[in-house]
Amino acid sequence: MPLIYEKSRKGRRAIALDALDVPEVEFPAALRRSAPAELPEVGELDVVRHFTNLSRKNFGIDSHFYPLGSCTMKYNPKLAEAVAALPGFANLHPHLSSTEAYWPLCQGAFELIHDTEALLAEIAGMRQASLQPIAGAHGELTGVLLIAAYHKDHGNTKKDTILIPDSAHGTNPASAAIAGFNVVEIPSGADGVLHLDAVKAAMTDRVAGLMMTCPNTHGLFEPEVGKIAAMLHEADALLYYDGANLNAIIGKARPGDLGFDVMHYNLHKTFATPHGMGGPGSGPVGVGERLLPYLPGPRVVKGANGYVLETPAKSIGRVAQFFGNFMMAVRAYAYMRHLGCDGLREVAEIAVLNANYIWARLKEAYEPAFALRFMHECVFTAAPQAQKGVRALDIAKALLDFGFHAPTIYFPLTVKESVMIEPTETESKETLDAFCDAMLAIARTIETNPDSLHQAPVTTPVGRLDEVRAARQLNCAC
Amino acid sequence: MTWVPTTADERKEMLDVIGLNSIDELFAAVTPDLRAKSWDIPPGLSEMAVRDLMAGMAAKNASSLVCFAGGGAYDHFIPAAVDALTSRAEFYTAYTPYQPECAQGTLQSIYEYQSAICRLTGLDFANASLYDGGTAVFEAATMAVRVTGRRRVACHRSLSPIYRRMLETHAANLGIEFTTGDDPTGAACVIVQNPSFLGSVENYTNLSERCHAAGALLVMSFYPVSLGLAKTPAEMGVDIAVAEGQSLGVPLGFGGPWLGILATRKEHVRKMPGRIAAATEDAQGRRGFVLTLQAREQHIRREKAMSNICSNEALCALRALIHLCLLGKEGIQEVARHCHAKAEYLKKKLKFATLLNRAPTFNEFAVRLPINAEEAVKAMASKGFVAGIPLKPLNAGDPEDLLIAVTERRTREQLDAFALALEEVSCR
Repeated sequence: MPLIYEKSRKGRRAIALDALDVPEVEFPAALRRSAPAELPEVGELDVVRHFTNLSRKNFGIDSHFYPLGSCTMKYNPKLAEAVAALPGFANLHPHLSSTEAYWPLCQGAFELIHDTEALLAEIAGMRQASLQPIAGAHGELTGVLLIAAYHKDHGNTKKDTILIPDSAHGTNPASAAIAGFNVVEIPSGADGVLHLDAVKAAMTDRVAGLMMTCPNTHGLFEPEVGKIAAMLHEADALLYYDGANLNAIIGKARPGDLGFDVMHYNLHKTFATPHGMGGPGSGPVGVGERLLPYLPGPRVVKGANGYVLETPAKSIGRVAQFFGNFMMAVRAYAYMRHLGCDGLREVAEIAVLNANYIWARLKEAYEPAFALRFMHECVFTAAPQAQKGVRALDIAKALLDFGFHAPTIYFPLTVKESVMIEPTETESKETLDAFCDAMLAIARTIETNPDSLHQAPVTTPVGRLDEVRAARQLNCAC
Repeated sequence: MTWVPTTADERKEMLDVIGLNSIDELFAAVTPDLRAKSWDIPPGLSEMAVRDLMAGMAAKNASSLVCFAGGGAYDHFIPAAVDALTSRAEFYTAYTPYQPECAQGTLQSIYEYQSAICRLTGLDFANASLYDGGTAVFEAATMAVRVTGRRRVACHRSLSPIYRRMLETHAANLGIEFTTGDDPTGAACVIVQNPSFLGSVENYTNLSERCHAAGALLVMSFYPVSLGLAKTPAEMGVDIAVAEGQSLGVPLGFGGPWLGILATRKEHVRKMPGRIAAATEDAQGRRGFVLTLQAREQHIRREKAMSNICSNEALCALRALIHLCLLGKEGIQEVARHCHAKAEYLKKKLKFATLLNRAPTFNEFAVRLPINAEEAVKAMASKGFVAGIPLKPLNAGDPEDLLIAVTERRTREQLDAFALALEEVSCR
């Protein structure tokens, strides 16, 4: 398909303004650009048709099952889009928060922030939450900065190390490094979970904290989490909860009750805000008692005459210009209020049921990576298939030809030829069955005609693309 | 209330296949001592009730006042086609394009976005976007540290106080020294903002020459709409240009989601943070697009990555691209010309106030009022205006100082009424 720039015709326009109703003024010549930016010259229909046709080259949740492990690609409710379109939210200037004089003009937004943070805190058993972090990784960075501030405030300048299990998302070590810590990796057990002994072996007085995902990225609940938390706290080290997999335990267990001191939420996973092709997300941070004084500011608090802003005494500062991705909080709030106490608990129940159903239907054809019961996602290894010449990548591409998005592959790094499947709670049994049927059909093809899978996908707008050429010739703009 | 479609019979059938009797058995690993100790969440509300509740909240916000506030976020016109196209679920319900064959819509749009940013700034490479304008300044600063191996960052007075605060919060433990001013000696970079936070437009060509002579980079935070008229970052010798992209078709939305723009010169592309899309081909020679240079990123490099960023603001970048396409080569100049002319018109009308900018301005300027600016904006709100941003609460001026922004949306009638009202309020 041609680029929009290739559709440009000299002199063609889409939108235009009314005639200028004030006198023309010359912009100072010394500050002018020498030539106009070569933006496309196209009509409105050119633009509409171009992007409509581009959109049709995408798989989205509304058109396709998207069983991406660790990404929680659940249905994004239209209700959330409707409330996000309310002009009282969408057209509100955030500098209304900058001076007390304007606070009466944005009480509805303050209420939304206050109530969303309160709901998030209760859901995870945290004392308070802050909507400031803009994405999951940004929440991680904020959370680890809070851990650093805590130790600095307590005079523990020696604590310069964060422990991270080998199954963790890559953002964990990257965020810890940007927060100024050294990273020490801890091995998971052969059973796929983290054992107290492994943490103990890595413990020194330099350990500031441990970042855990629970259930972990193997899809397994961490049975020793309570003991691990107790041991860390004894050594004045803090426990960080990566909220990527909160969907599995919502309403069943709460990170705060499990002993976690700080966490981030992924509103774009657990709370169904749209992934938007890779963002915007939203990564609020939640904290327990120990980290309350350090939260980013300003914060919305309820005063005697309405909502006001306050900055915690020992705040780490500001990680967003205002209140993070506020419009994502608007969507997540609608989601939480619609589901309520029972609906939210059902999320975890059916997410786990669906993942176990897929596990049960596929476990003879594909080798589960672990023997323990999976939670909201099941992880297989395609190592046996790889010996027959068909890798996880080939299975993923073959699924595209069946009309399914591929599962997550080659992550977690601890599993060879990993295939990680997360169906979420919003998919119907017939969709899960159709997906399992496709996986079983691929398994049969691996036995009969493995080579045919190397050509997949053949039904998509393009076939497998030459990534080496992309990196070597590096054409990133025209 | 639920979005779960699974019936009671189906749950039973599925449990049979799994070999269990109840859903609770699926949670056996979460032993009683680990179960939730509280669950004080209100019962669910119907869609109708949620919409009423939230419409009530939204109605408490004064979003319909005539807006003269800027400070990094501007009340620009957004054509209907931007919303219509970005509301297509094939865009907003898709994930990161890790399977490029079923994400060519996403990847081609990122490539086209990167191209638009390069054409706007004059620079060679742009990434697929960052979180927002403030985090983009932080990413640019750490990128300059990587490029130069130096650990001092000089923040010019023109930089937004909010960006400066964000910069220091994010970099708290990285051993980077932040200084104020424009001395490039021994610095990784000097960071300027153009127009400045208070609206002044400068030519930073001399500063870029001084930076390069001292082995430092020049980082510039720019205002995208101003580049319809103003000298580009590339023309001034800027090495890394960043911006808040909200002004390109992204709603104000009380602060986000917005868009972090980052562009740079060819020689620094491998030190650039964030996703990058590139053109390539499939086996049949068909053009296609993929994410490239991923070895810079956290999912490969982990603690040694260029940044911890995992996502981008793809849907906001798509808004910006569509907005720029609808404006086109002529339209972006027209919008910039209108913003500038209308701001100059208003400036001349505010004779009772003292203009604080010594340099030319684009569409935003600071004035010293005869009265306290917070008192003034309170009175102006009751007359139907968000009159601008009092600078004292941001530690960016005196109590009487007010920052005023004008966009193409403001009519002459509104400008006249605003000037009259502000004069009444100030000189009563």
